[in-house]
Amino acid sequence: MFTLKGNRLPAADVKNIIFFVRPRLELMDIIAENVLSEDRRGPVRDFHILFVPRRSLLCEQRLKDLGVLGSFIHREEYSLDLIPFDGDLLSMESEGAFKECYLEGDQTSLYHAAKGLMTLQALYGTIPQIFGKGECARQVANMMIRMKREFTGSQNSIFPVFDNLLLLDRNVDLLTPLATQLTYEGLIDEIYGIQNSYAKLPPEKFAPKKQGDGEAKKLQLNSAEELYAEIRDKNFNAVGSVLSKKAKVISAAFEERHNAKTVGEIKQFVSQLPHMQAARGSLANHTSIAELIKDVTTSEDFFDKLTVEQEFMSGIDTDKVNNYIEDCIAQKHPLIKVLRLVCLQSVCNSGLKQKVLDYYKREILQTYGYEHILTLYNLEKAGLLKPQTGGRNNYPTIRKTLRLWMDDVNEQNPTDISYVYSGYAPLSVRLAQLLSRPGWRSIEEVLRILPGPHFEERQPLPTGLQKKRQPGENRVTLIFFLGGVTFAEIAALRFLSQLEDGGTEYVIATTKLMNGSSWIEALMEKPF
Amino acid sequence: MNRTKGDEEEYWNSSKFKAFTFDDEDDELSQLKESKRAVNSLRDFVDDDDDDDLERVSWSGEPVGSISWSIKETASNSGSTHEGREQLKSRNSFSSSYAQLPKPTSTYSLSSFFRGRTRPGSFQSLSDALSDTPAKTYAPELGRPKGEYKDYSNDWSPSDTVRRLRKGKVCSLERFRSLQDKLQLLEEAVSMHDGNVITAVLIFLKRTLCKEILFRELEVRQVALRHLIHFLKEIGDQKLLLDLFRFLDRTEELALSHYREHLNIQDPEKRKEFLKTCIGLPFSAEDSAHIQDHYTLLERQIIIEANDRHLESAGQTEIFRKHPRKASILNMPLVTTLFYSCFYHYTEAEGTFSSPINLKKTFKIPDKQYVLTALAARAKLRAWHDVDALFTTKNWLGYTKKRAPIGFHRVVEILHKNSAPVQILQEYVNLVEDVDTKLNLATKFKCHDVVIDTCRDLKDRQQLLAYRSKVDKGSAEEEKIDALLSSPQIRWKN
Repeated sequence: MFTLKGNRLPAADVKNIIFFVRPRLELMDIIAENVLSEDRRGPVRDFHILFVPRRSLLCEQRLKDLGVLGSFIHREEYSLDLIPFDGDLLSMESEGAFKECYLEGDQTSLYHAAKGLMTLQALYGTIPQIFGKGECARQVANMMIRMKREFTGSQNSIFPVFDNLLLLDRNVDLLTPLATQLTYEGLIDEIYGIQNSYAKLPPEKFAPKKQGDGEAKKLQLNSAEELYAEIRDKNFNAVGSVLSKKAKVISAAFEERHNAKTVGEIKQFVSQLPHMQAARGSLANHTSIAELIKDVTTSEDFFDKLTVEQEFMSGIDTDKVNNYIEDCIAQKHPLIKVLRLVCLQSVCNSGLKQKVLDYYKREILQTYGYEHILTLYNLEKAGLLKPQTGGRNNYPTIRKTLRLWMDDVNEQNPTDISYVYSGYAPLSVRLAQLLSRPGWRSIEEVLRILPGPHFEERQPLPTGLQKKRQPGENRVTLIFFLGGVTFAEIAALRFLSQLEDGGTEYVIATTKLMNGSSWIEALMEKPF
Repeated sequence: MNRTKGDEEEYWNSSKFKAFTFDDEDDELSQLKESKRAVNSLRDFVDDDDDDDLERVSWSGEPVGSISWSIKETASNSGSTHEGREQLKSRNSFSSSYAQLPKPTSTYSLSSFFRGRTRPGSFQSLSDALSDTPAKTYAPELGRPKGEYKDYSNDWSPSDTVRRLRKGKVCSLERFRSLQDKLQLLEEAVSMHDGNVITAVLIFLKRTLCKEILFRELEVRQVALRHLIHFLKEIGDQKLLLDLFRFLDRTEELALSHYREHLNIQDPEKRKEFLKTCIGLPFSAEDSAHIQDHYTLLERQIIIEANDRHLESAGQTEIFRKHPRKASILNMPLVTTLFYSCFYHYTEAEGTFSSPINLKKTFKIPDKQYVLTALAARAKLRAWHDVDALFTTKNWLGYTKKRAPIGFHRVVEILHKNSAPVQILQEYVNLVEDVDTKLNLATKFKCHDVVIDTCRDLKDRQQLLAYRSKVDKGSAEEEKIDALLSSPQIRWKN
């Protein structure tokens, strides 16, 4: 498999060439280039194209305009809607979903989400109860119901795995992605970025594999790695002790070789070597990563930034121009960092006072360039950075009712989801938690403040398939974030899943795995 | 009529139409494991008619999908269900592009017949729930091989047409002549939620309706309207997009959409001219001012750039010789331009376009920003006198005093970043008002005298004692500390 690149196709002795792409116009240009630069002298090769997850009229039109449409023998689609990233995590990996849904009112991603859910139901049974909050959630539920209706007569006789589906609009909780994540995985994503379960890290702290290996170290991160599964969702401050304990265990294991006296014992030891070596390698990697992260988290600037974030989230001084933000602009820190902070302040204040907003806008435009008017407009449209209307700040009510700010956080042995941000409980996860118990009736008032309708739907199951949970058996809820989800939120949901008396286990689905920076970046206007 | 796998393969591989398989489908029916089914179900791109339970009539007149028809089909090809397996495999091994070929196994019946095998008695399989995974979607204009026109008819209602479009069958929309018909077609498309179908219909409407009518009708159809806007943006039809915004009176979007174009204009002169056309567009009041500034700034930058390039190449100006420019000033943000101006044109009078004062006045740059930028520029050039002058003001009595619109701690940081000598640093650290900050900075930047003096002022003996170890042995500072520590006049707190 080759990555799509411009100019000529790599030489390969094959008859068929299949382009496996998302339906994006820019990719069509690259493909056309590939096709047109085919070496006439070589053997004729057949071209095919597979769009994931759907064909696009516009893309085919573009191929036609570029004169290559006829070169394709097959033009098909591969409807891969939800991609499993882990045992409890699915993502559509649709970067444009948030912008399309919330800024442009384009419901294509919602349609794909609904289709993905239908596929899931075909495999794991009809989900008897659907809960939702938000306009998009409502749309998806409507589409699901309609799709189900279109296949009357086809009764799915699979015993349902999921008890509930919870659809959540991202814009119900705009706050969470803006804050800096503080779990181990969250920090790796914030600092280095995790793409498709891979992270590229600077090579300095890793033992080089070969001489002169100056390239970035690429690591795969998923729960197949025992140690990673153990530490990924912990608050970063709790990771160190796990690593040192692990180091002792592994050392002890290697020391065992001195105790192996008989041939049988030696044989047994040797058979375990690969596993121990893997564990040691894993420990070495994560110790290096933890060191890299620590360099960042112990820096003065990180501390200052975190302090400001926490002040905003606990409701302090959200109504005036913030000195730290001003300093960041004056020192020309990266624009995305600044935007995250001003948006955080705006969301925690239900919008900024016009004077404050104008001041920030002017500083930003003068320091980073006037063209960012377009980005600021997008942020306003998304509700992230806007003027306060009605003069009321609703955030304190939301914060207090849902207990979003918890002063006493135990990072080592957490008792509440607020450990993922060292004090702030993700609003979205709190809503899920409260839905599970005691139910959303207890927070009607707050739900009305949050944007979009909230609703409940039931999908009838044929008798005999109705689920009867044993006492003590957990319900399974599929929670679908429409617009993106962060690793910290995933960690928080996993925390809830493993609670003794939690009552619910969560499987997480989303349109995109993201963090505050990638989110804001997707909203920036770039030249086309 | 038994066909072996080999025969099948040979047939298809020798035919003009190439097949492709992703997977050996053999396991599909034998394995009941959920995951396997999942994987294979997801790959059912070849299946295109599962959800079509409406009247579909085969060439023989029998409703497609009916039991009798499907049995007939399979009987004609294989004679037994065992063969059916082979059929399934071979069916899956050729692309559905050629599904309409009347030749061997048509897909209509097989899909519903065989997928139901895992759950006996059900002809509508779980894959039905996968709804439409159409093998392809078409637009009328893109054209398809002749074979697919086979079941073409001239007489479909809007809803049928739309359904056909979704499944990717060829469909001419030309027969929808009246406005009413067209709108009904659009309505059907929208209710289907299928982006490609809506786009196809919109392309048709765009071509066959005049602008005004199209706009008028879409104004009240929000979903279609959003689609059209998205579509126009995608294909870059800026003109129509702006017309649309104008019609809808979405003034701010109109202005921003127009402004956005400037990002694509590389040539500075052309970009400047374009920006000029943006002034006066219906931006918000604040934004209008910014747009005006953007234009003015680029206008100035073009002049400065031309002038400076000339100076640089002439080689007579010292500043350019000592610090050759690393980049052009064009399209840089305002603050960067100010920095540049403070760097290369600091002493110029207000009258020139490149003087800092001129920039300050034209763009109403606040004192804070101005001082910070000028400081950064002069510190970089190590022009400490200029730095001094920035903060020195003469009050009405003629006394000089140092003041700053920004905290002096910021001044110190910038000076330190530019490796200012300790004496200069010390002077400014001394001006920091907050005592704790002052002490912190002084310690951080090794301004010994300031630390010592501050400790003395605070009467903090412990801290002074602790600091003693940080100064060089036998230095003047050490002596000073010792003198203070042994001084009887100071009433130490600790």
